[in-house]
Amino acid sequence: MVVSVKGKTKNKGRVKDKAKTKNKEKMVVIEGSHAVAEAVRLCKPKVVAAFPITPQTHIVERLAWLVANGMLDAEYVNVESEHSALSLVAGAVACGVRAYTATSSQGLALMHEVLFATSGMRLPVVMHVANRALSAPLNIWNDLSDTMAQRDASWIQLYAENVQESVDFTFIAYKVAEEVMLPAMVCMDGYTLTHVYEPVSIPEQWQVDDYLPEYQTNYKLDVENPMLIGAYALPDDYMEFKYDQQLAMDVAMTKLEEESKEFEKKFNRRFDLIEEYKLESDVAIVSMGSVCGTIKDAIDNFSADVGLLRLIAYRPFPKDKIRDALRDVETVIVIDRAFSYGFEGILFSEIKSAFYNVEEKPRIFGYVAGLGGRDIRIEDIHRIIEDAKQAEKEGDWIGLRGVYT
Amino acid sequence: MIAGLPEEELFLQGHTACAGCSQALAVRIAMKALGKNTIVCLATGCLEIYSTQYRRCAWKVPVIHMLFENAPAVASGIEVAMKKLGKKVNIAVFAGDGATVDIGFGALSGMLERGHNVIYICIDNEAYMNTGIQRGGSTPYAAYTTTSPPGKVSIGNKTFKKDLPSIVAAHRIPYVATANPSYPKDLYKKVKKAMEFDGAKYIHILTPCPTGWGFESNESIEIGRLANETALWVNYEVVNGEITDVMKIKEKKPVEEYLRRQARFRHLSKKEIEEIQKIADENARIFGLYGL
Repeated sequence: MVVSVKGKTKNKGRVKDKAKTKNKEKMVVIEGSHAVAEAVRLCKPKVVAAFPITPQTHIVERLAWLVANGMLDAEYVNVESEHSALSLVAGAVACGVRAYTATSSQGLALMHEVLFATSGMRLPVVMHVANRALSAPLNIWNDLSDTMAQRDASWIQLYAENVQESVDFTFIAYKVAEEVMLPAMVCMDGYTLTHVYEPVSIPEQWQVDDYLPEYQTNYKLDVENPMLIGAYALPDDYMEFKYDQQLAMDVAMTKLEEESKEFEKKFNRRFDLIEEYKLESDVAIVSMGSVCGTIKDAIDNFSADVGLLRLIAYRPFPKDKIRDALRDVETVIVIDRAFSYGFEGILFSEIKSAFYNVEEKPRIFGYVAGLGGRDIRIEDIHRIIEDAKQAEKEGDWIGLRGVYT
Repeated sequence: MIAGLPEEELFLQGHTACAGCSQALAVRIAMKALGKNTIVCLATGCLEIYSTQYRRCAWKVPVIHMLFENAPAVASGIEVAMKKLGKKVNIAVFAGDGATVDIGFGALSGMLERGHNVIYICIDNEAYMNTGIQRGGSTPYAAYTTTSPPGKVSIGNKTFKKDLPSIVAAHRIPYVATANPSYPKDLYKKVKKAMEFDGAKYIHILTPCPTGWGFESNESIEIGRLANETALWVNYEVVNGEITDVMKIKEKKPVEEYLRRQARFRHLSKKEIEEIQKIADENARIFGLYGL
């Protein structure tokens, strides 16, 4: 089942496989951050390093508590910056152990160069990002500016709609990252998901062990088998390293698709690169993250014919799936919670580019909303739909209270 | 081959350092002390560039390089991972002065504060040599660099060399030492001694740079020795907070003997030389260099 924030997607019922479901599914009402910490614990990382930043804090506080109480057998390292948090975790992964960190906003921005080095060195770090706006002005509330600004860092990026997905994507991220040797971010909306209490199914340890094998690699720092990790490459070699990363992203796409079957088999919940919601309509909204819960509500109590395509995997970008899902749609409305200044909404650009070489394409509109924690209400979604139907302009910023010049 | 040191080379020939590079010599000696059971973590810099080109690795031990300022954090990660794996290995960082005193200082301070069991070796050639001789926090007073050029209204580098060994010692780690490859046995001994302590260890090595300092490639050892003999560089140890084992000078030479051998100090007037002499005199006083 897909447990949505608003509970709109129906429980498809459990698979009655007694061999696999010997323990009853454990539904608990738990804070998003603590649920994520539980998921991380179940993945058994040997090293956790973090620097506190709102709204990521509850994740790492909980992990520190789990370690302090012997419930997670890991080294928990309090570092002096996010730059060092990711560097430390990368150093640990280079030794062939599973490791974890989490961050938000400025912390992710400070990690910027380390992100590229981690993926370039093919170290499968997994990290949750509690999505938060970037300064300035300083703002601790939610939008997707932080992770979308890092889209080119060669990290797998998965965007969760609810706490359950924030948990589930942890297992999927480790599995795929380690298979393709690329790092992965699980992006969950700050506050909306990190600080909310929801009913969540936390799997049993045996289930996670059964799904996620222990991390093993031949490429590691080992005095018995010395190797160089992090060589520098001249123009004769550099491009091949980078092309390999793109090939690995292609493989990641295939692996993620395979996981959509594998994950459901093991955990009895669906996973896919995209979610299609009432897409038999003429108008489709495209968006990512927790706002999709609101969008589903808006669609359900809107008389017109509107559906939703929720993008879950943002990198690798499932272009073909998006084209296929929207093939019969006349109007596409992209709702962005991040913006490329001097141009337009980031997802808006990418959805348009996905259709550029397609002969029959929908009209595509782009709306920017919810920056820095500004509420996106059901009325706002309705307004966006009405506005797009007028087709007077390509899109707009929604929810502005006045323009300051 | 240096008499009395192990014959096995773990830092191999064929790297692309400049002729006369005393940094490569320092690393070679340090590796003889560290031995095969060592993981090396490099910061971006000369050493990384001349020893880790793809397909031309000069190391016989596992080596990792990630970025300029994060080697202490990467090494911390290696240390905790090895602890979890139950493996006892030496973990050594080699980083230049720029990586240590400037851009990576925060990461170094964090590593020292947390007390990771790592030997951090700063190889100090007193400027950003890898990028073409730009000044940094470790560049001495009045030195010429490409970003501290002396001119009509400038004496060259306006700031004094940052005293990193003292700042490191203030972290209360068990072992801090300074060394100089012109005294290879002393350097070897200090790395060996560092290995005896549990926790973070720090060795700061002055590595004269023919390219950046402006002297002939066959003069590196001599220039290094002059640094000590003029008291502009002092070899000492700080063991559990106490300064010990100061390398004394038999006969202190005027700083001019050191300065005039290097192109980077060629522009100095009498006034600057006097100023630099004061630094040397102060070193001699603090460390009691003549107290034979």
